[in-house]
Amino acid sequence: MTQLTLLARFAEEISWMARYMERADNLARLLEVNEVFARDRRGEHNWDAVIDLNADRELFEKNHGATTPSKTAYFYMLDRDNPNSIISSVRAARENARSLRPLISTEMWTHLNVFFNELQAISATSDSIPNISRFCERVRTACQAHTGITEGTFYRDQGWYFYQLGKYLERADQTTRLVDVKYHTLLPTADDVGSILDLSQWNALLRSAAGYHAYRRVHPRGIDPIGVAEFLVLNSRFPRSVRYCIGEVSNLLSQLIYTFQLTRGDRVAQAVDVIHKRLEDTDMQSIIDFGMHEFLDAIQLDLIAVAKAMDIAYFGQVEEGDVAA
Amino acid sequence: MGEIIEGSIELSGYDPNGYFCEIVSAASKGMIPHAIVQRLQGLDAVELMARSDAASRELYNLGITFTVYSDRMMIDRILPFDVLPRVIGAEEWVDVERGVTQRVETLNKFIWDIYHDKKCIKDGIIPAELVLGNKNFRPQMEGVSVPGGTYVHVCGIDLVRDGEGMFRVLEDNARTPSGVSYVVENRHMMQRAFPDLVDAFGIRSVDDYGPRLLKAMMDVSPEHVSDPQVCLLSPGAYNSAYFEHIFLAREMGVPLVEGRDLVVENDRVYMRTTEGNEEVHCLYRRIDDDFLDPKAFREDSLLGVPGIFEAYRKGNITLANAIGTGVADDKAVYAYMPRLIEYYLGEEAILPNVPTHICREPEGLKYTLDHLEELVVKPVGESGGYGILIGPRASKAELEEFRGKLRDDPSNFISQPMIDLSVCPTLLEGKIVPRHVDLRPFCVTGKSSWVLPGGLTRVALREGSLVVNSSQGGGSKDTWVLMD
Repeated sequence: MTQLTLLARFAEEISWMARYMERADNLARLLEVNEVFARDRRGEHNWDAVIDLNADRELFEKNHGATTPSKTAYFYMLDRDNPNSIISSVRAARENARSLRPLISTEMWTHLNVFFNELQAISATSDSIPNISRFCERVRTACQAHTGITEGTFYRDQGWYFYQLGKYLERADQTTRLVDVKYHTLLPTADDVGSILDLSQWNALLRSAAGYHAYRRVHPRGIDPIGVAEFLVLNSRFPRSVRYCIGEVSNLLSQLIYTFQLTRGDRVAQAVDVIHKRLEDTDMQSIIDFGMHEFLDAIQLDLIAVAKAMDIAYFGQVEEGDVAA
Repeated sequence: MGEIIEGSIELSGYDPNGYFCEIVSAASKGMIPHAIVQRLQGLDAVELMARSDAASRELYNLGITFTVYSDRMMIDRILPFDVLPRVIGAEEWVDVERGVTQRVETLNKFIWDIYHDKKCIKDGIIPAELVLGNKNFRPQMEGVSVPGGTYVHVCGIDLVRDGEGMFRVLEDNARTPSGVSYVVENRHMMQRAFPDLVDAFGIRSVDDYGPRLLKAMMDVSPEHVSDPQVCLLSPGAYNSAYFEHIFLAREMGVPLVEGRDLVVENDRVYMRTTEGNEEVHCLYRRIDDDFLDPKAFREDSLLGVPGIFEAYRKGNITLANAIGTGVADDKAVYAYMPRLIEYYLGEEAILPNVPTHICREPEGLKYTLDHLEELVVKPVGESGGYGILIGPRASKAELEEFRGKLRDDPSNFISQPMIDLSVCPTLLEGKIVPRHVDLRPFCVTGKSSWVLPGGLTRVALREGSLVVNSSQGGGSKDTWVLMD
């Protein structure tokens, strides 16, 4: 087959466009679930976990002071000064798309452009925010439309594979963080075991990862913390589990290396194999023995290594220590 | 297509106020068919307006926009689009085509000359200072040969029609003329949203532009390369004309690169791809000379490619347009174009200039000062319609202030009589009204020249305004060149 050349910058931008949209999607799910399901023991909204999950406490306190539900929601929905907010992610995706317009389909660009302009037109302040559920649903729907339009219109050359790589790497990253933070806060204490609150919290976790219904199909008899964690980390058929995402990353990379002859990806493949092995050679009991947090932390570091390897192999970045004097 | 008959024709409720009208006057003189006026006559302006608004929204959503900056915010704007076309008859177009080609041929010969033998200066056709003292003259280009002797690969020549209906050249754009994307997108918009307007007139297609441009770029690529890699070089997504860059790269089927995608090694230019570096042989560049190479031109340029000039000088890469063409589209050099056409081609200009007084010449300055209230005075270095004095519309105080400017720095100005720019029926607020228009045809030159049958018609949307620039309230129209 004839090879269409792909600029290194375009490969990088397309994988980031996918990452930002995936990020916006995940954040919208998290906020929505938090709004609807996550209440603390007194029935108050607990937004602190969301801030911790995203490691944003410092930035939040600097810009907004003490947390309130409205301020936190604003911070993640529409605060342009927060680079991790939904609007900032969508803006970054759209800026990448703008630059990628020679490559992506007109429909992909138009949809993102209209979506961003809609978000930009929402007037809100940290004290006056739109309805959270409706907002998040709109974002989710738009992100899903983006995925669908991309699937249905994007030419299947190298660009597509870089897009998919970005998406699955980001998704693996998001799911890892979600489990990491929640697992700690949700670990049952002696008092809580079997209580209603406990279960609703695990419900919320599954819903954040859009896995509630899938989980119930696999475990019709009930929800237990270990089962949920296992489902989100090790299940091989749930499209947001860490294992599933890494499997996809691995397949996509093989396509680039073998079908498209991008042999420079060998080093990326080695980095992916490390995660692959970590997930294949274990089971839930071993993870718990090893320490859930330690395990997820190791995966996060592995993911960073994969991203670094991609920078060097495909995105034209110079290896550290390799800079010409 | 309607029969062409001469005779007075009217469009009811529409009064061109004595100006030459691109539709009504042209039809009356038998230059375009009556049927076009009849079709406009039958339109429901209010309904058309609603469809036009929908079309504008579509342009915005599709991102067929240019970008303006305000308070550090980037704002996307569409070039306002008027649905009523500007129509040019087949016979008249032949003259435009010949006139434009003649001009481009002269520009190429002139630029070759000033960077080689300088015969036009030695023979006293043009003052040395105008050429060598021009801020766009690039001494680095002296003695550099370019493939086929072509410097101006893409040329946009701005034409206006005077009170008698004659086309005159207002300005040559020999650096990086923009606007061709609107020519093509406007046509597509018309075909999508207003098929009832477009149908059944034989209109020449504008879809050929991209392939023609690519062919020209291949023609001028370095001769030793059999299958040249052509790219479009853009300053990037934040450039106001980025949409056009995307459009052209897509239509040519070539990669759109930025300076940071390119690297020069051993005087050869490469682009960074996912497979490593790949050599580039020809760049259709939309970056000004100044920013092209920090080693050869402006040191502070972050947009350019260090070392590319040396690769260019050695003939390893072709740049289109060539470096140093800015001398030729200077407003002061413009005044000498009829003489240059005569000098290089031994022909009379097919498209006349607007009569121009050169204020660096004493008699030109005197005439300008004496007749300031009748003249349009333009600074020579500016573009985009900035810094212009329109004498008949200026206040006493403005005239006085401008006299001072003229006396302080006469060589910075030229003056021209006020041209009664032609008008074209334009749909505004549900009514068909006359608005002034100009025309920018595009000429592509590789080994030979080709003129796109169409062009960018810009329209001054403000009542009475003569300024058609998009930065100052201008819009655009679809331009129909009719078949024989």
